[in-house]
Amino acid sequence: MSAVLSTRGLAKRFGSLVVAQDLSLALPQGVRYALIGPNGAGKTTLINLITGMLRPDAGSILLGEDDITSLRTDARVKRGLARTFQINALFPHLSALESVTIAVCERQGCAGSWWKRLPGYRDAIDEAHGILASLRLATDCYRLTRELAYGRQRLLEIALALATRPKVLLLDEPAAGVPKDESAQLFEAIAELSRDLTVLFIEHDMNVVFRFASRIIVMVGGRILVEGSPDEIARNAEVRSVYLGKAHLG
Amino acid sequence: MLASLAGVLFDGFAYGMLLFLLSVGLSVTLGMMNFVNLAHCSFAMIGGYATVTLTNSLGWPFLATLPAAFFAAAAASVVLERTLYRRLYRASDLDQCLFTIGVVFVSVAVAAYLYGTIQQSISTPSYLRGSVQFVGISFAVYRLFLVAFALVITVMLVAALEYTRFGAQVRAAVDNQRMARGLGIDVDRAFMVTFALGGGLAGLGGALAIEVVGLDPAFAFTYLVYVLIVVAVGGLGSIGGSFLAAAVLGISDMAGKYYFPWLGAFLIYLVMVGLLMWRPAGLFGKR
Amino acid sequence: MTTADPAVADPHLYLEAQVRWRRIEIAFWLAALLPFVLTPTYLQLASQIAITALFALSLDLILGYAGIVSLGHAAYFGVGAYAAGLLSKHFWGEPLSGLAVAALLSGLVGYATSHIIVRFRHLALIMLTLGLGLLLHEAANSAHSLTGGADGLQGVRIRPLLETFRFDLYGRAAYAYSLAVLFLVFLVARRLIHSPFGLALRGIRENAVRMPAIGAPSRAHLRKIYTISAAMAGIAGALLTHTTSTVSLEVLSFQRSADVLVILILGGAGRLYGGILGAIIYMVARDQFSGINPQYWYFWIGLLLVAVVMFLPNGILGGLAKITARWHGKWP
Repeated sequence: MSAVLSTRGLAKRFGSLVVAQDLSLALPQGVRYALIGPNGAGKTTLINLITGMLRPDAGSILLGEDDITSLRTDARVKRGLARTFQINALFPHLSALESVTIAVCERQGCAGSWWKRLPGYRDAIDEAHGILASLRLATDCYRLTRELAYGRQRLLEIALALATRPKVLLLDEPAAGVPKDESAQLFEAIAELSRDLTVLFIEHDMNVVFRFASRIIVMVGGRILVEGSPDEIARNAEVRSVYLGKAHLG
Repeated sequence: MLASLAGVLFDGFAYGMLLFLLSVGLSVTLGMMNFVNLAHCSFAMIGGYATVTLTNSLGWPFLATLPAAFFAAAAASVVLERTLYRRLYRASDLDQCLFTIGVVFVSVAVAAYLYGTIQQSISTPSYLRGSVQFVGISFAVYRLFLVAFALVITVMLVAALEYTRFGAQVRAAVDNQRMARGLGIDVDRAFMVTFALGGGLAGLGGALAIEVVGLDPAFAFTYLVYVLIVVAVGGLGSIGGSFLAAAVLGISDMAGKYYFPWLGAFLIYLVMVGLLMWRPAGLFGKR
Repeated sequence: MTTADPAVADPHLYLEAQVRWRRIEIAFWLAALLPFVLTPTYLQLASQIAITALFALSLDLILGYAGIVSLGHAAYFGVGAYAAGLLSKHFWGEPLSGLAVAALLSGLVGYATSHIIVRFRHLALIMLTLGLGLLLHEAANSAHSLTGGADGLQGVRIRPLLETFRFDLYGRAAYAYSLAVLFLVFLVARRLIHSPFGLALRGIRENAVRMPAIGAPSRAHLRKIYTISAAMAGIAGALLTHTTSTVSLEVLSFQRSADVLVILILGGAGRLYGGILGAIIYMVARDQFSGINPQYWYFWIGLLLVAVVMFLPNGILGGLAKITARWHGKWP
């Protein structure tokens, strides 16, 4: 089975600080991956490298068969690679509907046109509304982003990424900062995502990880420690001592 | 020919030292707090006018007015920072720009009201006048004094930054403010002291500048441009960067006026635009 | 733009409501015709206000909507002004074609500089815009033979508009011309703001990092708006040349860049009408207080800037919007 997203030997350093070393992975289509590891392990760095926000010092990134290592971030998005941010990266003074609509317009390529009024792009608006509805945000979609509750904003984060119709979706701690009762709703929404979509999410809550992921990647100190099924990871002694802690499995 | 070149280089370097004194405070505070204080040269003006008042009206000897200029400007910095500026640390670049431009306007108007719009001049003590000859080149005594003074200040600043505890705190805060706070460093206090120091140095620069370039209410604006160039080119938060950038700017300006007078200030701006494009964070700035 | 309105269940209606013409807008443009009748002796001033308003509108497009802070926008105003002046001096003095040439030239300069501008942010960006403006000013100063240097351009000869309406001291032709051009350019700007492109620009302003992450070619967008804005500023500059038959070095000065910035912030950036409102207030006030020593004028402007940043961060229109929002809150 060919990988829909793969990296080979990614490396990055800031001066003498090595934040990523020899990162190689291959994600097949439709699989749900969880990326776990202690703080500072380089998980967000990996996402930044894959999406193009950071230039790697070495290594390559492939989307399907295509080498995207030298492409700008927006070019990678156009090819189907989308991400969400650990801390909301939203448009505070735009409404949720406007936010998703512009993402749809960018995908459709009409965001550069300035002679036709926005209401004239009916399909784009309908599509945006549809995405919001699928994430149960339709009732709030006319409100300014800054007025939405934090949990709703995290859903909007995902809505923006979905509007780009990605093949691969990278979620950076999707439930970060969201109260426990609301995060369940969030993960249900993620679980309902299409089976064609490959999802990789960074997460700290092991319950969530074992429930939603079919494969787990463990990172420590800028390297990938091990990759495997949830059972394999739970039984791996190294992982237990480094990250999980004996109390969890006791 | 060579003598005039050396003369131009020296005069340019001396001018650069003046620019350094005027700019170093802004570079460090910008690097520390990312606060765009366009009113920085108003503090220079305060120092300058303090010296003018003390020598012309009260008969103080010139050198004695220098500490007074420093403290007057430093005090004004502290007052302004505590009352107004600290509310704007989280404001956008634009808001900080506009606010501080407003402060400049007000300071220029107040200076014009109190002192009129004429060029101020002071009588420098006799031992600072005239020039000395050395290997066929004539060096103005005042400019030698300026260079020596600035070099001493530079050494003191660098020493303070490298070897004192306060200096370490400043360096930490410039490097990573959040981390510094997390380590228990009182960043606000460090900033206030640095701000006062920077303002005071600007005041010193303003006082020393009278003899070289004169003083009028427009000073706050005219030299703002040069100071911004030094800071942007040298890199925020870098004393060494400010020193180098100021020296280069001073020499380019002098050389430009001497050898290519028809270019005017064009050369300076071109150099700045070029350098910024090559290194947007300045020669020694953090990226 | 607007907040919760539970009655609007349809996304199309909601977006339509954002872009339709409001009655107050129509009233405003009709009121713009009043000076012909009410204050016929002030038509020259009115035309200057219209020109400044157009210049401020061009700045709003890059600052209020795209978030580019520029301390050197007068560069494009000046290019337009000199283009119109030089055209009339050396070739022909017909104003309408002069506008087109000015727009083209300032747009070209804008396009060229946009490649530099869009690569930077924060202090470097502010410095670059300042530097480019100063550069152009110095270049014009030095190029005496072309521009007349500090003495201004001599020999500007503007033909009457449509060969019928002379630009005289009464200012009737001047105001009609400036107002018409302002209105037409305003329509273009309004259309632009309400298009997907306008929304993309606001996205860049709101969160520059997020836009590429949703597939937006941010730099290309910014280059486009910067070019359009430069062309508009150039049109305003050309209008000045046409209505006053002079071009002075001042059109490229930092003073002019700073003034237009103050005007836009005063009125409220990012609200389309902010520049126009700011221009009206600023220039009427300056005219009324023209007797005052310029130093003191800048004292009050300084104080105003400080007050606006502290208490009215979105300018007068922003303050009004807040008040009307509260008002509507009380009267559902």
